[in-house]
Amino acid sequence: MPSLEVIIFFLLAAIAVGSAAGLLFSRNAVHAALFLVLNFAVVAVFFLLLGAPFIAMVQVTVYAGAIMVLFLFVIMLLGAEMLLGEDVMLPWQRPLALLLGVVFLIAMFLAIFATGYGPAYSFLNDPALKEFGSPVSIGNELFVKYLLPFELTSFLLLVAMLGAVVLTRDEKKKAA
Amino acid sequence: MLEAIPTTWFVALSAILFLIGVAGVLTRRNAILIFMSVELMLNSANLVFVAFARQFMELSGQIFVFFVMAVAAAEVAVGLALIVTIFRTKRSISMDEINQLKG
Repeated sequence: MPSLEVIIFFLLAAIAVGSAAGLLFSRNAVHAALFLVLNFAVVAVFFLLLGAPFIAMVQVTVYAGAIMVLFLFVIMLLGAEMLLGEDVMLPWQRPLALLLGVVFLIAMFLAIFATGYGPAYSFLNDPALKEFGSPVSIGNELFVKYLLPFELTSFLLLVAMLGAVVLTRDEKKKAA
Repeated sequence: MLEAIPTTWFVALSAILFLIGVAGVLTRRNAILIFMSVELMLNSANLVFVAFARQFMELSGQIFVFFVMAVAAAEVAVGLALIVTIFRTKRSISMDEINQLKG
């Protein structure tokens, strides 16, 4: 009888891979975006399993809550729900791609499972380690050791915001 | 005593998600769907970072994930602005039709 953590891992892994496959194969852009939201939510639960509660909450807030909302907004703005022209030009391409992908996956699994990393901490079973990924310890490292990248990231976000505004500015109105 | 899930399992899961993302980037024609597959790839990398942060009990892995998410948000903002601007002139976001440098 496998332990609870193993059962949870395989269940979540199945949902994650299933939603990623749904993103890959869906015909509707909105369905694909919703599959991706499900994938992000499952990865957030993985982060909780790995002892990273702060990162899990940031994942739900930033990725699933802001980035995917932006995607859905643009999809509906451009009216791209029904995907036209997804028919394949070369009919033998898709089965060949699938076969080569499976071969590549087998090769990668051989490499991944050949290395061992030793025992790892189980955050589900050891509640004494709960300050490892907590906001206190992340804040401690972020504002002391990684202060410079933090400030540079704020610059990056400012530049991205300016870029988005400048790119979508209407030039005809400016000339008039 | 219940054991933790080995880190290799997380690396394998991340590899599967990354491959699905790459397949999405290579096969899809809609620019927004290509973008979403890139986000899936970034997500799988985040998963590996946090898995190794747990393995070596180093918080730097999680801090890096924080920065990856910030950069991904900035990239999505600018990328979607570009797609909207291209759509204004070309009226299409199919990758096959965005093949000219002008316009």
